[in-house]
Amino acid sequence: MSALLHNLFPQVDDWAEIGQACIDTLLMLSGSLLLTVLIGLPLGVLLYLTGKGQLREMPKLYGVLSLLVNVLRSIPFIILMIVLMPVTYFLVGTKLGIRGAIPPLVIGAAPFFARLVETALREVGRGVIEASQAMGASGWQIVRHVLLPEARGGIIAAITVTAIALVGYTAMGGAIGAGGLGDLAYRYGYLSYKSDYMLVTVALLIVLVQLLQMLGDRIVAHYGRR
Amino acid sequence: MTGSPLPGSCVIRFVDVHKSYRVERRDIPALRPFSLAVADGEVFGIIGHSGAGKSTLLRLINLLERPSGGRIEIDGVEMTALDEPALRAQRRRIGMIFQHFNLLASQTVADNIAFPLRLAGLDDAAAIHARVAELLARVGLEEHADKYPSQLSGGQKQRVGIARALANRPSILLCDEATSALDPQTTASVLDLLAEINRELKLTIVLITHEMDVVRRICDRVAVLDAGVIVESGAVVDVFLHPQHPTTRRFVQEALPEEASAEHAAHAGLPGRVVRLSFRGDATWSPTLGKVVREYGVDFNILAGRIDRIKALPYGQLTLVMDGVRVDAALAALREGGIEVEELSSQELHR
Repeated sequence: MSALLHNLFPQVDDWAEIGQACIDTLLMLSGSLLLTVLIGLPLGVLLYLTGKGQLREMPKLYGVLSLLVNVLRSIPFIILMIVLMPVTYFLVGTKLGIRGAIPPLVIGAAPFFARLVETALREVGRGVIEASQAMGASGWQIVRHVLLPEARGGIIAAITVTAIALVGYTAMGGAIGAGGLGDLAYRYGYLSYKSDYMLVTVALLIVLVQLLQMLGDRIVAHYGRR
Repeated sequence: MTGSPLPGSCVIRFVDVHKSYRVERRDIPALRPFSLAVADGEVFGIIGHSGAGKSTLLRLINLLERPSGGRIEIDGVEMTALDEPALRAQRRRIGMIFQHFNLLASQTVADNIAFPLRLAGLDDAAAIHARVAELLARVGLEEHADKYPSQLSGGQKQRVGIARALANRPSILLCDEATSALDPQTTASVLDLLAEINRELKLTIVLITHEMDVVRRICDRVAVLDAGVIVESGAVVDVFLHPQHPTTRRFVQEALPEEASAEHAAHAGLPGRVVRLSFRGDATWSPTLGKVVREYGVDFNILAGRIDRIKALPYGQLTLVMDGVRVDAALAALREGGIEVEELSSQELHR
């Protein structure tokens, strides 16, 4: 096996380093995805509820939230990462490595995820909400027992899309010291002209994204009953 | 027009209620001021074309729509004065079913029916299970408890909706075009179920529809809504047999298309007088017309006719041309025999 790999990619002289980079990428991905969902889901619900014609319509709050989300989404991630460096340092005490990557990843991805959640919630029929109100459901009961379960399929799909976007972000983060597969591809593949490194990391990223998409689709098929 | 005051107990009472919507700083009236009372245990129909305001009127009852003015009393409780928790508690006593069923797609039939019980704070699994089983039996869906709504037919979905609406033992059931999305046979079976519930559970039902046939089958009283105004209301038999307002007449004719066309086609140039006879209840089955015709020596020709039921009450209606010297006396004798007689001018036939 290792002989075969050595023949295929002669420039790669340390496979253990690639293994470690995979683990780093997966750690960054899972940590940032978890926090993104924890922050983005309530934010998405808030965006939905305060929107025009919705259950708790609040034009001013919606306007502020919506602007914040749009601003964060319009900054390219690599620039957001640099701009956020002082914040990152303040939050986790370092600008480097996995820990240093997670704050900008979450701040970059949570607004994106929140918008996807808002859209998924809007897909829930007004009639179902009205029926719940007629049954005497409170606002919180409607969110907890109607909106979130009914939009479950859409929300799982949104998590999948966000996870895949985060894979891209972690790779970009690699360029400024976050580690992981992106870092490897940049340092060896680009700066040191070892294109085999580039090929291997790209192949691994493709496999990772495929796996995420398959997993997401499976879960949607299982839970997102319509 | 205001509804006549009703004797006995009224579960729903509107007093000078009106509703308008604010659109771009202008008030668009949806319902003109009206008063209306629904008696305990009756099936009350509200019929109107789309946009007439019937959906708004229905939603005023459980305050899904807030009135712009006036009072709405349910079981003597002024709805608009309630705070949020009290309003939610009151809504649990008012069931509602919908044209498009509005079931939770992510939940099984059993969970859909259990939903209002859980919302009301019931968390004893055995009690929920027992109540759900009872409701499934009532609507005839025992076999479908673990299915999802997408696996059911329209009629079955509406039955789930009915079971869900009954879960908290409401005293009032609101039906929002409950059969408009169903085919005629399924409509009949859902209406039968509603009539049965009304009879057995003594549940007051308010339904809105654009089909006179729905009103004829199960309603006791009806209000006709036209452009935000109640133009006619009363017992279904009276409104159906003697519609006054043009909108009401149109609805009645839609329910009896063959009669309407017969009236239009046949009267022109016929000698004699055109009369419409209405038989209700026992008069439907007695041979009064034959007797009178023999006795007074008048001739008649049938232009249109039908025998049917309004809810449980049999009725018949015949449109005739009568000729002979003693037509007046014959008509008087018919009236004496318990038959309602209307003389139609040719102008009226043309409407």
